[in-house]
Amino acid sequence: MADNILEMKNITKLYPGVRALDNVNLKVERGEIHAIVGENGAGKSTLMNVLSGTIPNGEYEGNILYEGQKCHFKTVRDSEGVGIVIIHQELALIPELSIGENMFLGNERRGRFGINWDETFGQAAKHMKRVGLKDSPTTMIKDIGTGKQQLVEIAKALSKNVKLLILDEPTSSLNSEDSKMLLDMLIDFKKQGMTSIIISHKLSEVAYVADKITVMRDGATIETIDNTDRSIDEDRIIRGMVGREMTDRYPSREHMVSKEIGMEVIDWCVNHPVYTEKRVVNHVSFNVHKGEIVGFSGLQGAGRTELARSIFGKSYGTMITGTLKVGGREVKLKSERDAIEAGIAYVTEDRKLNGLILIDTVARNNTLARLEKVCHRGVIDVNKENQVAEIYKEKLRTKTPTVQQAVNNLSGGNQQKVLLSKWMFADPDVLILDEPTRGIDVGAKYEIYCIMNDLVAQGKSVVMISSELPELLGMCDRIYVMNEGEMVAEMSAAEATQEKIMGAILKSDKKGAKEESKGA
Amino acid sequence: MKTESNSKPTAAGDTLAATSAVAGEPLGFSAYIKKYTMTIALVVVFIFFAVLTEGRLLYAQNISNLLLQNAYVLVMACGMLLCILTGGNVDLSVGATLCLVAALAAQLMDKFGMNAYLTIAVCLAVSVGIGAWQGFWIGHIHIPPFIATLSGMFLFRGVGRVLLASKTVAISNKTFLDIFSSYITVPGLDKEGICWSAVIVGALVAIILIVLTVVNRAKKAKNGYEMKSAVSEFAQVAVIDLLILAYTWQIAHYKGIPVMLLWILLIVLLYAFITSKTAFGRYFYAVGGNEKATKLSGIDTKKVYFWAYCSMSILAGFSGLLMAARIGSVSGDTGLTYELDTIGACFIGGASAYGGSGTVPGVIIGAILLGVINQGMSIYGLDNNWQYVVKGAVLLIAVIFDVVSNHKTGKA
Repeated sequence: MADNILEMKNITKLYPGVRALDNVNLKVERGEIHAIVGENGAGKSTLMNVLSGTIPNGEYEGNILYEGQKCHFKTVRDSEGVGIVIIHQELALIPELSIGENMFLGNERRGRFGINWDETFGQAAKHMKRVGLKDSPTTMIKDIGTGKQQLVEIAKALSKNVKLLILDEPTSSLNSEDSKMLLDMLIDFKKQGMTSIIISHKLSEVAYVADKITVMRDGATIETIDNTDRSIDEDRIIRGMVGREMTDRYPSREHMVSKEIGMEVIDWCVNHPVYTEKRVVNHVSFNVHKGEIVGFSGLQGAGRTELARSIFGKSYGTMITGTLKVGGREVKLKSERDAIEAGIAYVTEDRKLNGLILIDTVARNNTLARLEKVCHRGVIDVNKENQVAEIYKEKLRTKTPTVQQAVNNLSGGNQQKVLLSKWMFADPDVLILDEPTRGIDVGAKYEIYCIMNDLVAQGKSVVMISSELPELLGMCDRIYVMNEGEMVAEMSAAEATQEKIMGAILKSDKKGAKEESKGA
Repeated sequence: MKTESNSKPTAAGDTLAATSAVAGEPLGFSAYIKKYTMTIALVVVFIFFAVLTEGRLLYAQNISNLLLQNAYVLVMACGMLLCILTGGNVDLSVGATLCLVAALAAQLMDKFGMNAYLTIAVCLAVSVGIGAWQGFWIGHIHIPPFIATLSGMFLFRGVGRVLLASKTVAISNKTFLDIFSSYITVPGLDKEGICWSAVIVGALVAIILIVLTVVNRAKKAKNGYEMKSAVSEFAQVAVIDLLILAYTWQIAHYKGIPVMLLWILLIVLLYAFITSKTAFGRYFYAVGGNEKATKLSGIDTKKVYFWAYCSMSILAGFSGLLMAARIGSVSGDTGLTYELDTIGACFIGGASAYGGSGTVPGVIIGAILLGVINQGMSIYGLDNNWQYVVKGAVLLIAVIFDVVSNHKTGKA
């Protein structure tokens, strides 16, 4: 009988309109490294949030057995109390505090009066040694690189007497050398008896480090692959990740791509807005024809959103260079307003943060990008505005009792429809849709696909950025693949397969790693 | 019939569960109470003080003074609303700006004998300059509004006191006083005791309101737009008309229509129009609701911030002229803590402390509520210090109400 440190049984978590986790079962054996893989939105992070108490007991269904005991974690503190520590993808360190202070934040080493600084820094140094950090514990977090910050997080976990360490995309911001070091450290810890769960997109790393690999898809666990003897390769994992039936998930359309080019981008470069020496988009060229849906594939951080936003009136990045042509004419766009007037719309991946004004009504959101269309000399014709909103409500079949409804009362799929309405009302020739179906259920996805088909049928150009490969294959005429700020492949829908796209990404990864090591 | 379809959710089959928490058009009793809380509070407080002061609050003179004494709050609250809309930010410098401009006006006329019209022009120009100064730092350089206006509070107060050379300067220019603080009298019509002109104007306004409502409804009906039920709309107009008639009847018994009232109305109506009807006004709500989304919608958010603070300073300067004329003199302490009254009125009037929501009618009700409390307590003879305590409590209660009720209904 296997000695399971953790068993999650029939976990189900519902969000309004979305089944984020559907009867998930997970068993983790003591002293193993267990990887969880799956596409974005497969439910990996949600599952870990359930485990760590970020999603408190009572807001999900199912049971958690840890060390054979039933657990009801209400807060992160509860789970940390029994030795479960999660390290999130976005590091939770405070830049203006020292390493030592960060390690014991909320868990301060107390002395008779206030904090015992000798013990704080002494203990910190001890744990830092275990992760191979040679800096002084009094160094500020902002003064060390991301790689070392990740190590500080692990040292912090060690200071909490961690027994089960969960790492969410620990290497996403690390270069290959630092990644290797981190993975080897996990193997070291394993030898000392620690159990780890690692969530990663980097399948090569997963194959290298994990003893067992659980594949998640659409909020469910698909299979657990045994990799104790390291016999599993990336292709085997990919097959598990993407192998789903594709019947009727995408509405059919007649492909009528025009010869005319809707938008063309030539030799486009963008630097990071804060770390201005860092290139995020590197000499990228692409085009989209009228009546064509072009897909952009790539991992998170591949530079797709950055590319799109820099095209959309330089709303991201600095030192943007390159040529942009809309409808065959070169344009120079200095602001979002210029872009809208040139006929480009950018529909954001994050509708709540960047897309909608949640406290405002459906009608007011609908018209915001082109308010002048319902204005007469600067005065809004509210009746006309409501009519416009009604028309889009009908057209997109948005489910809302009235257009006077505040957007935050709608479900995710309907919010996405309002966001699309807003940009369709702006009447662009080119629509850039960034993850247009993120976080919405299958039915709403289908409707969004139908809307996209309508748009290209009208002769508009659509650029779809998506992390869901089946969606890209199901919808696009052509697919570009980006990785680490560069365009690494272009393929027609006919020749594209999920394996080919993944392959293009992974190959370019290896190439990048080689170049890096050569440079070092 | 149109109204019917509006009050029921269509296609009950598809309606989502999430939409049950809707505060839509059909107002139930509790939603009605919630929407008009501050109006109801105003009525209750008014009656309370009317009883407490044994009717003295209702005297013609007190009714007339109610708005005039609070002219600065009414005017500046309109501008402050724009600042608050952009994200709960406030302008702390308005009292100081008011002092500076009032001091400038007093000195220009007193020392240099400048004529009233030129003085007003210069003062407004200076207000625009102050506004551009603050708007530039906040909008274009991204100095946090709290800090930029805190600095302005010291800066402008200081300059104002320098201008006055630490003296109190009286204003004796007749034209200047006439422009802002006289009363309208029509010879033959207005006599000692009662000014019929006020009554006539009141009646005219009441009639115009009714006509406008009828015309507006006819237009909507013709185009097939949705509208509120006739009963509720006309009931609302009837109440407003009665208030106007009662108000003008009272002021008719005390010197007639004050010119300052017209200035206040001009500003309030202008700002009500801008915030509710224009694209420019809509941008303030958008920025406060979600600044990133607004920027990605092609709206220049810098300009929105700039104009919020620029317009605020212009109104503060204008209030400086009003208050200088009303008080008749300017000292280094003129306008002290006025910013707090103004900010308080906005929050009491339902402006959200997080930005993005609030209306001009709302803040005007807030301002009048504060005014009634002030005046009621003064007439009753409550100690000045206790008045602060009461004002503070009212502000806190109003904001608690706003936060708690939004938390309950606003979150998905």
